[in-house]
Amino acid sequence: MTLPDAETLVAQLAAAIKPTLTPNTVLVGMYTGGVWAAQQMHALLDPAMPHGDLDISFYRDDFNRIGLHAQVKPTRLPFEVEGRDILLVDDVLYTGRSVRAAMNALFDYGRPARIRLAVLVDRMGDRELPIMANFVGSTATVPPHQHIHLVRDDAGHLNLKLVDLK
Amino acid sequence: MTLNPQLNKDGALKHLLTIDGLPRAILTHILDTAEGFVSVSEQEVKKVPLLRGKAIFNLFFEPSTRTRTTFEIAAKRLSADVINLNINASSQSKGETLLDTVDNLAAMQADMFVVRHAQSGAAHMIARHVAPHIHVVNAGDGRHAHPTQGLLDMFTIRKYKGEFHNLRVAIVGDLLHSRVARSQIHALTTLGVPEVRVIAPKTLLPTGVEQMGVHVYHEMAKGLKDVDVVIMLRLQNERMRGALLPSAQEYFKYYGLTPDKLALARPDAIVMHPGPMNRGVEIDSAVADGKQSVILPQVTYGIAVRMAVMSILAGN
Repeated sequence: MTLPDAETLVAQLAAAIKPTLTPNTVLVGMYTGGVWAAQQMHALLDPAMPHGDLDISFYRDDFNRIGLHAQVKPTRLPFEVEGRDILLVDDVLYTGRSVRAAMNALFDYGRPARIRLAVLVDRMGDRELPIMANFVGSTATVPPHQHIHLVRDDAGHLNLKLVDLK
Repeated sequence: MTLNPQLNKDGALKHLLTIDGLPRAILTHILDTAEGFVSVSEQEVKKVPLLRGKAIFNLFFEPSTRTRTTFEIAAKRLSADVINLNINASSQSKGETLLDTVDNLAAMQADMFVVRHAQSGAAHMIARHVAPHIHVVNAGDGRHAHPTQGLLDMFTIRKYKGEFHNLRVAIVGDLLHSRVARSQIHALTTLGVPEVRVIAPKTLLPTGVEQMGVHVYHEMAKGLKDVDVVIMLRLQNERMRGALLPSAQEYFKYYGLTPDKLALARPDAIVMHPGPMNRGVEIDSAVADGKQSVILPQVTYGIAVRMAVMSILAGN
């Protein structure tokens, strides 16, 4: 199957989100793909808007089965979370467990006024939790033995790829 | 079968008993993971759910406030249930009593033991004895090892100095009795520090210390010249009454870190100390509280490093 162009999706998402921004909005990207997408989106939305990066490794519900992820990256939220309008960005919405973990993580920094979710791709039919995105770039149905990955090349260009599970 | 009792069949860390023999990749993984945990202490809720439901027993057969407290805080910030046991070592059949204690605690569904013991090798013995699902962290055994202290020192050095491959590091003081120094030396050499110096009077150096890959100095003036990191070691006051040193005053005169002596190091050198400090014995207050001192950040980073160690072990 052919996946859409990631940078086109970022631009479309930014255009849809921009009219909804308020002075209270902050942008938070989820490692790793969500951080890349949020960085590109940030330039298109409002370069003055506060933005941060969120690592959910410590909040995953599969720790007891698969242990700690090899690459934990520091969470960086250089603003007060309390009372903010948070726009959470991820590359792919799949089971919903990563988004649940992200919300739990954010609440440990404060009580946001609102959290909205923007994703480049909504992988349909495989949700395990009652979570949906406010802004969706594209939808896709992918066989269970495959994953959709966002990759970034040396020049900083984003691409979506299908990867076979090992 | 693996030769290193700390590693599982996949080569991942199962227990942390000593830094000696651990590959650089594992040390780096612990330091990298600790970076993520530093921000947990900056959250409104200083807690993550990683070890929720796990029972961690702090088994302290030897008195300690600082190390026990930092392990306790680290475990609580990982949401584990923490049970502190200060156990006075029995004078009779210590090994048997130790393992009996361990067996009883294991029967209470322990997931991890953090062990401090006056006997070298106690943590190894427990690690060999426990069921496969239980992890053991050595929190200091005799004169042998104090691996989490060594790792938090490496984390602090990396925070302030970046990479390890271009550093000169001096360890000063009572190396003879120091499990901390042994762990520091193993960690520094494994991580690629090209020049590790030890500075001490002959009476406070272990025999054959050069075989650990360090350069030996007996004078501060030579040993501190152009170093990037100065690690002071604790000199216990009770040892002053022994035959090893004439007096605390004389030790301070020759080996105490004063501003004058520190001026021999590089201008941007950092000063470290595992604590608790003996001011006026091994370190002058002007240095301990000075702008080159990173002694308090060491304590803060120690929590993140212990969180990293416990979560990596529990995940393996």
